[in-house]
Amino acid sequence: MTNVRAAGKAHRTERLALIVLRGASGFFIVSIALLIGYLAVEGTKLFTVDHKSIFEFLFSPTFAPDQGHIGALAFILGSLFVTAFAIAVGGPFGVAVGVFFAELAPKRVASAMKPAIEVLVGIPSVVYGWLGLTLLVPLIRNATGSTGFGLLAAGIVLSLMILPTVVSLSEDAMRVVPDSLREGSLALGATRWETIWRVLLPAASSGIGVAVILGIARAIGETLAIQLVLGNAPVIPAGLLSPASALTSEIVMDMGGAAQGSLLQHSLFSMAFLLLLIAMGLIVLVKLVARKAA
Amino acid sequence: MSRTALAALLLGAALAAPAVASADTSLTAAGSTALLPLVKASAEAYQNQHNDLKISVTGGGSRVGITQVAAKAVDLGMSDILAKGYPDLVDHRVCVVGFSVLTHPGINVKNVSKKQLQDIFAGKITNWKDVGGADVKIVVINRPRSSGTRAVFTQTIMGDVPVSETGLTEDATGTVITAVRTTPGAISYAAFSGTKKFEGGHYTTVEGIAELSIDNVAPSEENVQTGKYPIWSYEHIYTNGVANKDESRFLAFIQSNSAIIHQLGYILFRDMKVNETDR
Repeated sequence: MTNVRAAGKAHRTERLALIVLRGASGFFIVSIALLIGYLAVEGTKLFTVDHKSIFEFLFSPTFAPDQGHIGALAFILGSLFVTAFAIAVGGPFGVAVGVFFAELAPKRVASAMKPAIEVLVGIPSVVYGWLGLTLLVPLIRNATGSTGFGLLAAGIVLSLMILPTVVSLSEDAMRVVPDSLREGSLALGATRWETIWRVLLPAASSGIGVAVILGIARAIGETLAIQLVLGNAPVIPAGLLSPASALTSEIVMDMGGAAQGSLLQHSLFSMAFLLLLIAMGLIVLVKLVARKAA
Repeated sequence: MSRTALAALLLGAALAAPAVASADTSLTAAGSTALLPLVKASAEAYQNQHNDLKISVTGGGSRVGITQVAAKAVDLGMSDILAKGYPDLVDHRVCVVGFSVLTHPGINVKNVSKKQLQDIFAGKITNWKDVGGADVKIVVINRPRSSGTRAVFTQTIMGDVPVSETGLTEDATGTVITAVRTTPGAISYAAFSGTKKFEGGHYTTVEGIAELSIDNVAPSEENVQTGKYPIWSYEHIYTNGVANKDESRFLAFIQSNSAIIHQLGYILFRDMKVNETDR
């Protein structure tokens, strides 16, 4: 009897757990769908309700919605520039540190450094921005005679911010390379460097590719840290030292004052939707790279 | 940074609004950072007298104040500019405020003509030596579109001349002053309530910045009152519909407290010898 009752109870618990799990994932999927749907509707009102051209939005540098100009090119370029800078500096550096941790660092060093790197991921972006504003901007100002605000400052802050992502993912990618490859290469007389460069890096290339793409995804969506050091000039930057704006920083600068249903609000929603599309594109890219490896 | 905090606060206020309205124990205000010091100081003084009422005040910019009060996310929307196109909003004029053109002190210029000022903000004059100052590059610091201060400056000085956007943009009166203080060659505009402090019975410019005279008229309280100095505006607080009991009492308190108004760099209506239409 007791056995039967216990079994019945276990059965009920199991069904309950199943309902909870299904409910949670259903809720999750519905939320995501609503979010994307809402952004898609609001983000296209600029074209469907206000009858502005997508071409103007993407390729015109003049953004003055109160005068009917909705060109977001300056912000798109700003986002692309800072992201490219961050990945050009932070990418190779991050991969190098990842390889060092996985292949060369003594076990004690690696096991002490890994949590330290993971802590870096958890530092809120406002802290990075604040440090950039108080340390980096004056440094650049004194060194160059510019205002200190601009693409260079934002790029440096971002390359630090993406570093943890790139380091830990590329380290993981190196670690999953089978030991047989290492042993085989060394047995053939290759040096440690040749083994890393010619054998291990190519074998881990798709994992490292994923690490870099996720670094890009982190960089392009970053808002606060770059808003504080970018200078927020809504123009196409003349150089690395000129103030600029990014899609994210422009949204945060103007969203509060955008009246419901105004051209400004619709333009900002279109920028948000564009950011969502870029993020989705990057995720698709990750899947493609990972599939190629498998 | 301030925007996110504000957004979080407004969201909180929006969620809390129904409960608050029925209890009538809390007021929220947001908007112009030019008017912020007055409303903040008044809120503190008022809460000392009325322990049962809690007033929270944040900035965000004039247009933020207008859009948020129109959306009923806050009770009081502070603004340097008229809320055109919002028929439900009721205007309560609080005081007058003047706006200084402020610069980094190292430029050695004390006075500019209105034309020179236009050329500086339009990006036509790019070095202080061209207006008789030191050989320092001019860095124009603007406020974003949501700023009423920017709207007042544009309206009274620039007219139809477009403002150059290639400089920096700072999103509050306080951050403008910090940026001007730390950036050589910087020029911007901000309310007297941010650029002046009241000490020993008179106003002085806050440390680390300089204020420019325009056509040899200094940015002083007297020159605003007589209409000689061009950059000033009425400060508005908007309510959505007719003000309720708590709102109108607090508004009356702000308007009547001439000591606070004066000490924080604002100008009482009764001291004005000109009005808006005289400009």
